[in-house]
Amino acid sequence: MSEQVEFDLTGGQGLRKLNGWLHARAGSATASAVRVLHPDGAHNIAVGADVAFDIDVMGNVGYYVAGMNKLAKITVHGNASTGAAENMMSGEVRIKGFASNGAGASAHGGLLVIEGDASLRCGISLKGGDIVVGGSVGSFSAFMAQAGRLVVCGDAGDALGDSLYEAVIYVRGKVASLGADARFEPMTPADTAELGELLARAGFTHDPREFRKVTSARSLYHWHAEANQEY
Amino acid sequence: MCGIVGLLLKKPSWDARLGELLVPMLIGMTERGPDSAGLAVYASEPIAALKWSLFQLHGEPDWGAFLRKLNATLPGEHGLHESGRHAVLTTSADAATVKQRIAATPGVVLLSQGHRIELYKDIGTPGDIATRYGFGKFTGSHAVGHTRMATESAVTPDRAHPFTAGEDFCLVHNGSLSNPYRVRRKLEPLGIHFDTDNDTEAATRFLEWRTREGDSIEAAIEKGFTELDGFFTFLIGTQNGMSLVRDPFACKPAIVAETEDYVAVSSEYRSLAHLPGVGGAKLFEPQPRTVYHWERT
Repeated sequence: MSEQVEFDLTGGQGLRKLNGWLHARAGSATASAVRVLHPDGAHNIAVGADVAFDIDVMGNVGYYVAGMNKLAKITVHGNASTGAAENMMSGEVRIKGFASNGAGASAHGGLLVIEGDASLRCGISLKGGDIVVGGSVGSFSAFMAQAGRLVVCGDAGDALGDSLYEAVIYVRGKVASLGADARFEPMTPADTAELGELLARAGFTHDPREFRKVTSARSLYHWHAEANQEY
Repeated sequence: MCGIVGLLLKKPSWDARLGELLVPMLIGMTERGPDSAGLAVYASEPIAALKWSLFQLHGEPDWGAFLRKLNATLPGEHGLHESGRHAVLTTSADAATVKQRIAATPGVVLLSQGHRIELYKDIGTPGDIATRYGFGKFTGSHAVGHTRMATESAVTPDRAHPFTAGEDFCLVHNGSLSNPYRVRRKLEPLGIHFDTDNDTEAATRFLEWRTREGDSIEAAIEKGFTELDGFFTFLIGTQNGMSLVRDPFACKPAIVAETEDYVAVSSEYRSLAHLPGVGGAKLFEPQPRTVYHWERT
């Protein structure tokens, strides 16, 4: 039986109740629908969830919303500040508005959808999660991203994919500049199919053929001594 | 860390509510800056005389004696509004003489001068300071505030923000500069005096110097991108408005809420959530390396 629960964060008292309640149900098999009212920019909303609950946050949130998320489907009906879904392990996090710096940083798994723009350093050090941004991303996005996919339906700022490892970036709009060791690579039919599936899952209808692919040139993987070691 | 807040009211009919709206913004940034706080408030209309915001940094204040001495020895009309360690002097006497008199008063430091600005800052939590000096009752067209978590210089009232330079010019800073002494070594030979060893003071004096040399605020900040090395979100108060800028890496946060009644700036949304009509406001994060400027039209 599905349980409906509401937490009102007015006055700052509800946050620990919400997170404590979620943590006490880690691993629970009972489905629950949670509504979080009046988030008013509070930090750390629904961090460390480890349950397949639907969590709807009804407004703008502060830092680290849905951080370390496992399994939960968390929707922010507003904008998110720094570090949304950072270090997410699995599940799905959707930001209906814009997201600030470092969205999806270090995410190991799961899907982060940002319907608006994401600011600088989106997907920095990504370790396996998928991020789909409906708008544009700021500079240094996917910096040192190791695995996973970053999809940008709008434009990208400077130094996209700087020092990229094995993560893959798909970008539809303009790229202000690529970072060190990032390069455009032709889209293969497999890329188009995979991207189409990811876009559909994120709820976007763009034609995957409109996107370009950015990957690592892997030239930073090994030390080169050709500069006579004069550094 | 540190928190910055600013509020510019677009309609004079809102001016009576400036302090009431601003205090929760300041208190909302307590976790970002619990050690000191300050507020520069701009009166609805400039006055012809100069206003001087004073602070008793050492020793106990005796503002009555200060005013009696001025009345006895300095020609002109002098008025003094005192509030604990703070006082605002309004005088028709010439600026250079007043400045000398303030400098000669033991333990007293000058926080601001101008035709609209009044400045209050002290050590303690933002809530305590707001109560101590009655921020909630302040009226005016715009105000710029700061909550401090010190990194670059000691926790003292004079090193709290806002910093000022010249007339009706103030600046609050979230971040840190790595070359404040280089900036200072450049400005001091030009006759620009520094009051503290704080990094933000260097930025304030640099930008005010540029505007005094004829640069627009936008042009001054553009030069700042070259001259000031470090991390910053700056919110600058000017006689008629406020300007906002973030460094190119945008490490330090800022968010703006604009309605037909006000422009509100804060480090974080949680300081804006109480504002009337914020649900329908245009909310945005200022872009890196971009200057935003608002004035009451």
